[in-house]
Amino acid sequence: MLPPPTLWWRNLGRYEKNWLIIAFIWCILLTAMMPLWFSLGRQNVPATSYRVTPKQYLQTVNNFVQQYKIGEEKGIPVVEPPAGDVYLLGRQWQWYPILKLKKGVQYRLHLSSTDVVHGLSIQPVNLNLTVSPGYDYVVTLTPTTSGDFSLVCNEYCLVGHHVMVGKMIVDEK
Amino acid sequence: MTAITAPRSQPAAQEFEARTCPVTALKVDLAAEKLIIANAVSAVVCLSLGGLFALLIALTRWQAVHLLDPVWFYRLITAHGIDMLVAWIVFFEIGGLYFGSTVLLNARMAAPKVAWAAYGLMVLGGLMVNVVIFTTNTSDVMFTAYVPMKAHPLFYLSYIIFAVGALIALGVFFGNIAVAKREGRYQGSLPLVVFGLATAAILAVYTLLEGAMTFVPAFFWSLGIIKDFDPMVYRNLFWGFGHPAQQVNLAAMVSIWYMLVGITVGGKPVNEKLSRLAFILYLFFINLGSVHHLLVDPGTGFWYKMFNTSYGMYLAVLGSLIHAFSIPAAIEIALRLKGYKNGLFEWLRKAPWKEPGWGGLIMSIFIFGWIGGVTGVTLGTEQINMVAHNTMRIPGHFHSTVVGGTTTAFMAISYYLIPLIFRKELKLKKWATWQPYVYGIGMILVSVGMITSGLQGVSRRHWDISFANASFPVTIPGTVEITLAIMGIGAIIAVTGGIMFVAIILTSILTGPRKEASQLLLVTGSNNPLVESAKVTYEDMEKPSVQPKGTFVLVLAFLMWFMLYYFGNWWLLGRTWFIK
Repeated sequence: MLPPPTLWWRNLGRYEKNWLIIAFIWCILLTAMMPLWFSLGRQNVPATSYRVTPKQYLQTVNNFVQQYKIGEEKGIPVVEPPAGDVYLLGRQWQWYPILKLKKGVQYRLHLSSTDVVHGLSIQPVNLNLTVSPGYDYVVTLTPTTSGDFSLVCNEYCLVGHHVMVGKMIVDEK
Repeated sequence: MTAITAPRSQPAAQEFEARTCPVTALKVDLAAEKLIIANAVSAVVCLSLGGLFALLIALTRWQAVHLLDPVWFYRLITAHGIDMLVAWIVFFEIGGLYFGSTVLLNARMAAPKVAWAAYGLMVLGGLMVNVVIFTTNTSDVMFTAYVPMKAHPLFYLSYIIFAVGALIALGVFFGNIAVAKREGRYQGSLPLVVFGLATAAILAVYTLLEGAMTFVPAFFWSLGIIKDFDPMVYRNLFWGFGHPAQQVNLAAMVSIWYMLVGITVGGKPVNEKLSRLAFILYLFFINLGSVHHLLVDPGTGFWYKMFNTSYGMYLAVLGSLIHAFSIPAAIEIALRLKGYKNGLFEWLRKAPWKEPGWGGLIMSIFIFGWIGGVTGVTLGTEQINMVAHNTMRIPGHFHSTVVGGTTTAFMAISYYLIPLIFRKELKLKKWATWQPYVYGIGMILVSVGMITSGLQGVSRRHWDISFANASFPVTIPGTVEITLAIMGIGAIIAVTGGIMFVAIILTSILTGPRKEASQLLLVTGSNNPLVESAKVTYEDMEKPSVQPKGTFVLVLAFLMWFMLYYFGNWWLLGRTWFIK
């Protein structure tokens, strides 16, 4: 608060120096963890995305639903696709369609929106990803637990935001 | 070549209407004083409004109470975000910048009229945005206003007006320092507090320019003049504004910590070199952190996210870790010099716990570091963000940084502005002793309640976690009821602390005669730590008996907690589905 004396360029004290070294090592460790997990970990942020117009994406989703539809629940089709490309659409205020997947199988889950930005939150797994119009976000996903999962929207998308809930089913193999 | 710079002739320092503070012997420009008062009062008005909204929001999210309907819930979150995160904090910071660049330098306000114009624009922008939110019915788009969600054009325009006002005010701040230097108002280097405030101001310039880059196109887009606005480009631009804005708060808050250390215990920076280096690290690296908000977005890849989210190499975190040592060390050395030399922590026990500035300082440091900082670095880890993004862990984090940290520190310093700037006697002193603890404990409960709810999957900005009207049931664990109740009860306690603060400030400035300050400390005595600290030399501070051993133990304990929380989250991530 007071102006410093004219000469303030001084050596560090013992404790200061020790702490500075410890803190710096911690920062390096924090930095290293991400590339380390990137090469060794099995949970990494998907980094594949393509440009897509809402119209194109809706068309793709509709074709996909038509091909693999096995039923309907509360007006939303249930689809059971094989391993490979699967599609999920977020729109005000639903997740479309209901995906029936198999545990331990790897899928390329495509995510996009046809209106505003949404947030896909798979519960209770607690995996969260951004779903944006204009972007086809490709998520390479392998469910490791089975059961019924809820898809909650966690990016505010106007007044129906809290009713935007979907479903995902994962069967034992 | 003999390029010798001729000594610049010292221009005659311009006279200005000033008084000399009897306590600090600092010269106070009367024009600056009025501006500081105007900005501080506006800040407190915004804080009161935002605090009321906070209570209503928290009582809605507390599922057992569930007070508001969805429209009002989302509307009030929008207004709460803007009134608190933008209006309260920026008004206060501008007041703080004027204080730092005039009073602390014995200098004058370089351009009071320009500063009033800036103030006018900020008031206009702030009023307008509230009017727009509450009257247009189309502007419930949150503080973030992600396109293609479209608000009323005036919504964006009010952001722009506020930002232009703030930008002009920053210009006045830099002008003040330049003029002070030219007129020889201070010798040598800037005091560390002003250096830190200047760091905040430089970050703020960047922040506001990026704000303009976001809201000017958004304004034209909302008018239909620009057809397309890519949602991911908007998010990138917006967070170039939204995140650095919080780093401005960080730098301003740390500066105020140093100020409070000086006022309450007479602590001086142990090593100016190190503390200044820490601020410079903020300047260079901290704005990279804006990518924290984009970690699970489509469009960019691992290395982009990883480099930015780690602030280069966590060098901004290093800055904070330096302050985390330097500030308690300054306190410890000052108190040990007063004779509290026994053991590791006698100095801490004998600290002035009844002094509001001390209580606020300690609560602010604790909440910011132990909760806000640790959760922030963890959430900002690229992969870990997948199990945290947009859950309540996010508001849990920033309510412990910006509220528990910044707001608590700003409240604490406000008490000292009452006698020194408002020239009134502080009333309700007993309340002032308790207020930081009440507010701090409330905010700890709010943050912990939010973080633990988020860990169980509760989304932020969500009206109904019971999903009563949704097509499908949602499996959220029942313990969420408890953690949301902790948040709700915490909010009631924190709002009580907030009301105490506003009551103390208003009672003090509205009642009683104007009176010159007679002492620096408000509650704990008539000694003047600042004057005492001026006599302390570096030789005194280097004595073996006053070395900051206790602080060293505290920071090591902090690091242990940090590691536990950080690696705990990697463990949590490792349990989820395979994803790449």
